[in-house]
Amino acid sequence: MGFEGIGASVRRKEDVRFLSGKGNYTDDINRPGQLYAVIKRSDRPHATINNIDVAAASSAPGVVRVFVGADMAAESIGGLPCGWQIHSKDGSPMAEPPHPVLAVGKVRHVGDPVAVVIAESKQAAKNAAELIDVDYTDLPAVANLTDAVAGGAVEVHDGVAGNLCYDWVIGDKAVVDGVFANAAHVVKLDLVNNRLIPNAMEPRVALGDFDTSSGDFTLYTTSQNPHVIRLLMGAFVLHIPENKLRVVAPDVGGGFGSKIYHYAEEAIVTWAAGKVRRPVKWTADRSESFMSDAHGRDHVSTAEMALDAEGHFLGLRITTLANMGAYLSTFAPAVPTYLYATLLAGVYKTPVIYCNVKAVFTNTVPVDAYRGAGRPEATFLLERLVDVIAHDTGIDRVELRRKNFIPADAFPYQTPVALQYDSGDYQTTLRVALANADWNGFEARRTAAKDRGKLRGIGISTYLEACGIAPSAVVGSLGARAGLYEVAEIRVHPTGSVTVFTGTHSHGQGHETTLAQLVVSQLGVPFDQVEVVHGDTAKIPFGMGTYGSRSLAVGGSAMVKAMDKVIAKGKKIAAHLMEAAVEDIEFKDNVFSVAGTDKSKTLTDISLAAYVPHNYPIEELEPGLDETAFYDPKNFTFPGGCHIAEIEIDPDTGVVEMVNFTAVDDVGRVVNPMIVEGQVQGGVAQGIGQALLESAIYDPSGQLLSGSFMDYTMPRANDIPNMSVATENTMCTHNPLGSKGCGEVGAIGSPPAVINAVVDALKDYGVRHLDMPATGAKLWSIIQAATPRMAAE
Amino acid sequence: MYDFTYQKPGSLADAVKVLSGDPEAKALAGGQTFIPVLKQRLNKPTTVVDLSKLGLSGITVSGDKITIGAMTRHADIAANADIKAKIPGLAHQASLIGDEAVRHRGTMGGSLANNDPAACYPSALLALGGTIKTDRRSIAADDFFQGMFTTALEQGEIITAIELPIPEKSAYEKFRNPASRYAIVGVFVAKFPSGVRLAITGAGQGGVFRHTEIENALSANFAPDAINGIVTPPDDLNSDIHASAEYRAHLVGVVSKRAVAKAT
Ligand SMILES: Cc1cc2nc3c(=O)[nH]c(=O)nc-3n(C[C@H](O)[C@H](O)[C@H](O)COP(=O)(O)OP(=O)(O)OC[C@H]3O[C@@H](n4cnc5c(N)ncnc54)[C@H](O)[C@@H]3O)c2cc1C
Repeated sequence: MGFEGIGASVRRKEDVRFLSGKGNYTDDINRPGQLYAVIKRSDRPHATINNIDVAAASSAPGVVRVFVGADMAAESIGGLPCGWQIHSKDGSPMAEPPHPVLAVGKVRHVGDPVAVVIAESKQAAKNAAELIDVDYTDLPAVANLTDAVAGGAVEVHDGVAGNLCYDWVIGDKAVVDGVFANAAHVVKLDLVNNRLIPNAMEPRVALGDFDTSSGDFTLYTTSQNPHVIRLLMGAFVLHIPENKLRVVAPDVGGGFGSKIYHYAEEAIVTWAAGKVRRPVKWTADRSESFMSDAHGRDHVSTAEMALDAEGHFLGLRITTLANMGAYLSTFAPAVPTYLYATLLAGVYKTPVIYCNVKAVFTNTVPVDAYRGAGRPEATFLLERLVDVIAHDTGIDRVELRRKNFIPADAFPYQTPVALQYDSGDYQTTLRVALANADWNGFEARRTAAKDRGKLRGIGISTYLEACGIAPSAVVGSLGARAGLYEVAEIRVHPTGSVTVFTGTHSHGQGHETTLAQLVVSQLGVPFDQVEVVHGDTAKIPFGMGTYGSRSLAVGGSAMVKAMDKVIAKGKKIAAHLMEAAVEDIEFKDNVFSVAGTDKSKTLTDISLAAYVPHNYPIEELEPGLDETAFYDPKNFTFPGGCHIAEIEIDPDTGVVEMVNFTAVDDVGRVVNPMIVEGQVQGGVAQGIGQALLESAIYDPSGQLLSGSFMDYTMPRANDIPNMSVATENTMCTHNPLGSKGCGEVGAIGSPPAVINAVVDALKDYGVRHLDMPATGAKLWSIIQAATPRMAAE
Repeated sequence: MYDFTYQKPGSLADAVKVLSGDPEAKALAGGQTFIPVLKQRLNKPTTVVDLSKLGLSGITVSGDKITIGAMTRHADIAANADIKAKIPGLAHQASLIGDEAVRHRGTMGGSLANNDPAACYPSALLALGGTIKTDRRSIAADDFFQGMFTTALEQGEIITAIELPIPEKSAYEKFRNPASRYAIVGVFVAKFPSGVRLAITGAGQGGVFRHTEIENALSANFAPDAINGIVTPPDDLNSDIHASAEYRAHLVGVVSKRAVAKAT
């Protein structure tokens, strides 16, 4: 057994159970007397509910109860709350229409829950759900952003004029307009960020349990943040005090953001379990996931850059329409504002920026954070715009970037859009990526490809993101209705092994390994004597969960803080046992020693003394060695780097083949290089999916056309090239680990690199920009349209 | 799925009897199409008749033809040495169907009986000019396919085997739907002493079809360039979120040329 602390590529201990089929996922949990819930969902994009006839369903075989929205309303069950409030530029709060758990009065998207059947078997519940007769009057629907904001568009929510949730700005328009008026060049780009469907491998599941003796509720759910669910569902929806509600999120098979939110089904099964006094389980079908998991992205933007004669960025002006879907999902309003517009400086020293975001309701599934959340949208816009500037001005795209980078000696760097970057070195990540990708050898590869009849292109993206969310007071001032600290309890057991209770949640990231490595390094406890516990509100202290690449930067920092407390207390115990002054006690590699002597005690000696306090400073010190720390970050962290994509297009079919992908990221301190590499690879795979393959398509009437894997193109292994993944790290300056986060960088940095490569490959066809996904059909049409013109020239 | 009764008869006669006696009874082969349909509750059979105990699988070569039992799995067709040597296009085609799991369950008879307009095998049967053997008769390929999801099979009729003439050369080229990986355009080309047959799946609104203009050009000159200049009108072709009819029409030419280039 070699070194297993910070910096070691320790194999993921959780993989043994995942890969051998021994994971404990929510659907693996069954409670005695369990019933099954099946949800009757709207097949209409927008309709008035005249009547719901549940008589036949209620008396169908095996059915225990059928509930509709009115049943919940009769008990004053609340709607699903939104966790973030944005204010419009005129100071008014965003429109926050009710989001009933089961539809009341109207349905607003295909998949909107209308009724629930609780039955002895899933089969019986499904049979009965077909017998529910909903009498609808169809209403006109709006599915896309431009239709929704057009004059005279139907209102998704009565009284929400123009379907506008908010009209938000950042930056000073007059100042930015002034810069544009005097600029040597202005480059303008219209672009779309395509709507995505997360598709975690494990569909959502919720199991509500009610203990008839204690009156306690337990919800087992596929969540990234069980305490957030307990707070939202208990306090705002079901009015169950927290001492009576336990939320368990066991092994979770992928989330990518889609399992952050409090969903209707969680409230339904918990409430129903109390009504029927038996456990109630709901398990999503894959087709249900497509129409009920929050979708991602879906922006339409116009971006303009003002430049001086040499190509320095002088000012950026942006307007964005952001789709919220039919209702506000938990963190939806924050995504296109504070997770998007604040990132628009990117890695560039653009002095002034103005961005206006209109969030819009449509008759579609709610949209919320999806791997990267706002930062991929900002990065795609910025990195496409930079390439278009290079195209329009003739300045080399690498040179243009270098010229405008924030220099490495400028940190801390205050951007014009609120954020203050603590560290970074964009020239270095660029230089290393160019070398790793053999950028200079590209033209030879392009020529060789041409000889094979292929159009080869290379594209670059120098990106930055903000994660490690976030300082509670800052986010509070921006509208968050929660704090975003993290918590850890380090329990040193009597014989010196350790259990970590973390408020973060692992749903594929490998925390059981990474977080254990922190304990190896800080306390010198062997890796196999460290257990990481997460995902159960009955076990862990109140933590905020995992999203926004925060687990190591925030949750790991809380652990370091708690371990510092363990060491401090251990020193006092050691001083007592070795009859030395506390100031003379040193701790290193599991051993407390008295400076300048050969006296020492192991951590096990100390923990044993702490729990068997016979010889112990009991007057000054409590027994036990169990410390908890909450850590509220001082700032966001700012990973960044350079991604380079190389592609070939078959001009006969338009199909793009990814041939090379190079990532050089700055993620701060790396705890497990293998896990970082895996996270980057996975993120890049998702980014390639967005860039080339994936697209949630609604027809104009609001029907989801890409509602299954037959039509929604998930990337497969052979769509993804072998990647060169490396890091060039600068340390985060404000957390004790120096770590920045790596979970989302791949999905953020890669899409513009891929599209920049596609546009580069098509440069002889007069292509300046194209929107994602760059499918064969789309590229073939572009090539087709350009070919006669090229022939004529 | 809805409830149904399940039967696994031991003889063809018994299977035919159950299927013929009840219009709501359905045959089950590999289940790779039928079971997803059942799970989505798009079909409500009274009885499901499992064909796996009828002895309908196996591959035999006799003279100028290969006979493939209806229950032969895709994976066995892809791996069969005789098929690889004598109809390499078919072995290659089978290797491109679905994924490993699908290929180890799905059967040739099931695929042909289903006649999905984007399925692969219909193009092989039609291009090779094969014959469908059933419990009661033989049906020529040219008569078998009758529009999407429709065949000449009668109520309760079971495909027992597929008889395929051995061509001089064959190849299958598939342009996949990026999401489902079925064919957007799949082309099977077969060169016989008597001439060339070329069938296209995935593209046509009515399912698989022969492209006689391309066949004539290739019969005169079996080379990719012989197809140059042949324009396929988009009028009768499919259009969906993945590919317009115009794109499919264009791909018919591209994919046909690639199939010919590959034919061995
Ligand atoms: C993920 C996935 C990917 C796929 N990709 C492809 C692809 O790329 N290309 C492709 O061609 N196919 C593809 N398929 C379909 C696959 O080839 C199926 O095997 C085939 O469509 C049906 O064959 P089966 O043996 O599974 O038949 P079943 O599903 O069992 O039956 C299909 C139908 O045929 C009837 N039937 C079956 N056998 C007989 C018989 N002997 N006589 C009369 N009627 C019969 C059944 O009653 C049923 O109506 C895919 C399937 C899946 C699940």
